[in-house]
Amino acid sequence: MSKLRVTFTFVGVLVQEPVIWRLSQKFAVKTNIRRADVKDGLGWVTLELEGEEIVLQQGIEWVRSTGTEVELVTGDVIE
Amino acid sequence: MAYATALKCRECGREYPTDPLNVCEFCFGPLEVKYDYEAIGRSISRDSIQNGPITMWRYEDLLPVDAANAVDLQTGFTPLIKATNLGRILGLDHLYIKNDAVNPTNSFKDRVVSVAATKAVEYEFKTLACASTGNLAGSVAAHAAKAGMSSYIFIPSDLERGKVVGAAIYGPTVVAIDGSYDDVNRLCSELADTYPWAFVNINMRPYYAEGSKTLGYEVAEQLGWQAPAHCVVPSASGSMFTKIFKGLNEFEDLGLIPKVNTHMHMTQAEGCSPIAAAYEAGTTRVRPVKPNTIAKSLAIGNPADGYYSLKVIEDSHGDATIVPEEEVVEGIQLLAENEGIFTETAGGVVISGLKRLVERGAIKRDEVTVAYITGNGLKTIEAVEELVNPIHISPTMAAFHEQIPNP
Ligand SMILES: Cc1ncc(COP(=O)(O)O)c(C=O)c1O
Ligand SMILES: [Zn+2]
Repeated sequence: MSKLRVTFTFVGVLVQEPVIWRLSQKFAVKTNIRRADVKDGLGWVTLELEGEEIVLQQGIEWVRSTGTEVELVTGDVIE
Repeated sequence: MAYATALKCRECGREYPTDPLNVCEFCFGPLEVKYDYEAIGRSISRDSIQNGPITMWRYEDLLPVDAANAVDLQTGFTPLIKATNLGRILGLDHLYIKNDAVNPTNSFKDRVVSVAATKAVEYEFKTLACASTGNLAGSVAAHAAKAGMSSYIFIPSDLERGKVVGAAIYGPTVVAIDGSYDDVNRLCSELADTYPWAFVNINMRPYYAEGSKTLGYEVAEQLGWQAPAHCVVPSASGSMFTKIFKGLNEFEDLGLIPKVNTHMHMTQAEGCSPIAAAYEAGTTRVRPVKPNTIAKSLAIGNPADGYYSLKVIEDSHGDATIVPEEEVVEGIQLLAENEGIFTETAGGVVISGLKRLVERGAIKRDEVTVAYITGNGLKTIEAVEELVNPIHISPTMAAFHEQIPNP
């Protein structure tokens, strides 16, 4: 099992979509929300995902395909 | 003697022991070093600093490691130069250049890496590591060599030859990664979780970042114990920008300098300006971008300290400037031809950004202004190669006069 700490950003109508629920229905990925903020038309959620590495990658690709932005919580580590 | 007492989450305030940790286990917020400022206040004075070494370690009381064990290549206390020629051209009477390109591995990264490497030795790590596109790579490899540690440097596979050589010469294992920017980042985060390595900008990050405060301390001391009215700074992650301001404020709080009224001006190149774009849009939420800029050392699309640097801009009544790509090289030339300082692309961004700030009235003629030059031009030769055309002749007077009739 691997863990990944990510932030999802939802823009516009996506804010109202149950993206996180769908992710855990479609893939064997456990979701654990730690921090979030939603304002008119812009929302973000920081969460930990847990699952097999390959399933995590597929899940993230699917989340991206919905138009949701996905970033690692620590930001880019390249200088 | 180190006065760091804990690591504190910048989001929820939870405290952790000073361990190799960089995010809060509870909310995943970033951790920052907390100090016992009362004790520091009893120990530090202008005299104690002036009697210290002529390096960044003269500020040891305000760094989170024990200076007696510093992994030190003699970093810091770099020149603060009065830029009279450039000042005249721009219309500034008190312009200074902080020339941090003259550090041991030719960039300000030696400040942060020196602290991170010292901490890594303290924790008894045997391996120093980083992900980098250039300056950090060389600095980490050099400090590992000095500390007798092994090192792993992760770079994107399309990096310029000069930067690869500038790191590889110190004997690290250099790993060039085929893949996107995202892929390199994800791999390094996973490696940091898997191997007992000190990744300077991952698990050492809270300590590492503190090294940049010395860029604030030095400028204040070199200006005769006062903060400048303006700092013009290049940003990638935004970390250095926030730490310069933190350094100035710590000096004020400790009574070493009068009240800080410094405006912090961030500069970014157009092809990677996520923080400046958020500033212009009036939001504190930084939207990540895919970098495409000549200023490769500033090419961080998802800046970890974006939010905090926007706060610094707000608190200091500063701003952020987006420098068009074609002005980056102009900035490099302007500094070289007028002050005799050859900077890399990040410095070109600063000088062109400074020019724009003066033109739009954000900086006034009589205000003390410091432009931070953080990297050396010899690292980004590619950016300016086409501009230089030496005259080629055979070794005779006739040939010389033919090419240069009126010397
Ligand atoms: C020369 C130079 N200047 C400035 C920066 C920006 O630093 P920061 O990531 O702290 O914003 C970097 C590296 O990231 C750099 O290499
Ligand atoms: Zn927290």
